[in-house]
This record gives sequence, structure tokens and C-alpha cells, in this order.
Amino acid sequence: MTLDAVLFYVFAAVAVASALVVVGQRSPAYSAFALIVTLCSLSAVFGLLGSPFIAVLQVVVYAGAIMVLFLFVLMLLDVKREERPRGRGWALKATAIALGSVLVVQVGTVLAALGPVPGAFRASTRQVARLLFSAPYLYVFEASSILILAALVGAVVLAKSDS
Amino acid sequence: MTGGPDLVTPALLLSLGLFAIGAVGVFLRRNVITVFMCIELMLNAVNLAFVAFSRARATLDGQVLVFFVLTVAAAEAAVGLAIIIAAQRHKDTLDVDSFNLMKW
Repeated sequence: MTLDAVLFYVFAAVAVASALVVVGQRSPAYSAFALIVTLCSLSAVFGLLGSPFIAVLQVVVYAGAIMVLFLFVLMLLDVKREERPRGRGWALKATAIALGSVLVVQVGTVLAALGPVPGAFRASTRQVARLLFSAPYLYVFEASSILILAALVGAVVLAKSDS
Repeated sequence: MTGGPDLVTPALLLSLGLFAIGAVGVFLRRNVITVFMCIELMLNAVNLAFVAFSRARATLDGQVLVFFVLTVAAAEAAVGLAIIIAAQRHKDTLDVDSFNLMKW
């Protein structure tokens, strides 16, 4: 096994373990910190898959900006621990098993149709930026800036107190 | 870090696992903020699948899509958390089952 593969499995295990903590933890603050661990180890996985740009973006935007927003809201709202988990009826379980098996079949189909994977691959930031700022994606990029502006104004309006 | 070709299948399986864990969390947790974090987890699983496909095809379109998913996730987190603050102010609780005004 190469060093890349060893690192991949280590970070994948950390990601799955901390994701289980996110879901299993009753205190939202601990969930948030576990989610930060998941996001950072996923960033390492992105790097190992040959996309350093996305890896850095993951740490800066997700772990840096979005999770800080979450922690601010958690501090603001005085969140309590959950007393009990939600009810789990048999209908919910049956639906979960059905949807889960659909997901497994979908991924299995994709894996079967994957074909040979090309050898060494590393996407530099320059290459990603060239694609991002060229014809089809450029319009989406500009539209997303409008989306961000709308979200900014919307968040301020929604969170503002009436007084 | 050249990204070994043998990592694509494990990456897709990891993506599947993380998506499933996030979905279970959305249905299991009562606290609306934790539910929201589980949704972020599912978004990340999808991002991982995009990166893995980008690696499998040696194209960059998957990474550009991840960029847009990140942008939309940031906007979604800002608006969603603002809605949570407004809802908490209105109902004085964060229990997802108490937000049932628009249910029939």
C-alpha cells in the first residue's frame, strides 16, 4: 500500500468516526466541533484525490466560515441538550432501509460502470480557475455572486429583531 | 499528492457512508441546529463524490461544481441560521417537531 492510500484510509476513518459523533451526540456544541473534525479530514481526502484547491477551499470556507457561523448561533441561542431522540416507528425504519438500499444500488451501478481510472492526476488552482472563468461556468459564477448578495440581505432581514 | 487511481472506489464508498450517516442524523435528531449540521454533512458527502468523479475522469468540471456547491452551502447556512434565530425568537424552542405551522 502506498503512503497516499494509508493516509486516505486514516483520514477516511477519522471522518466516519467524527461524523458518527456529530449524529450521536446530544449536545449541539459537541456536534459542531465533531463536524469541524469531519470537514478537516475530508479536506485531506480531497487533497489525496488530487484536488488541492478544493482541499484549501474546504478548510477556509467550511471549517473557517460556515462552522464559525454555526458556533456563533449556538452561543447566541443558549442551546440545551436533547432529552430524548425522536420516535422511530416501523414505517420510518422501513423507509430508511428502502432508501438506503436504493442508494447502495446506485453507487454499485456507478462503480460497475466506472471503467479504468487514468494514472497520475493533479488539478492545479490555475487549471481550475481557467475552467471556472471560461464560457459556461462564468455565467454561473456571476449568478452565484447575486445569490450571495441575496442571502446576505435575506439573513440580515430575517435575523433582525422587530423592535 | 498525485491521487492514486486506486482511491476512487474507496472515496465513493466513503461518500456513500457519510451521506447515509448525515441522512440518519436528519431523521434522528430533535435539535434543529444539529439537523442543519447533518445536512451540511450530506452536502460534503456529495462534494466528495464530485471530487472522486473528477479524479476518475481526470476532468476538472467536478471541482468547479464543488466550488458552486460550496458557494450555495455558504448562502444556505447564512439564511438557514437566520431563519433558526427568527424561529427560536418566535417559538422559544429549537425542537424540530414544534415547527409545524405549515403542516396540514
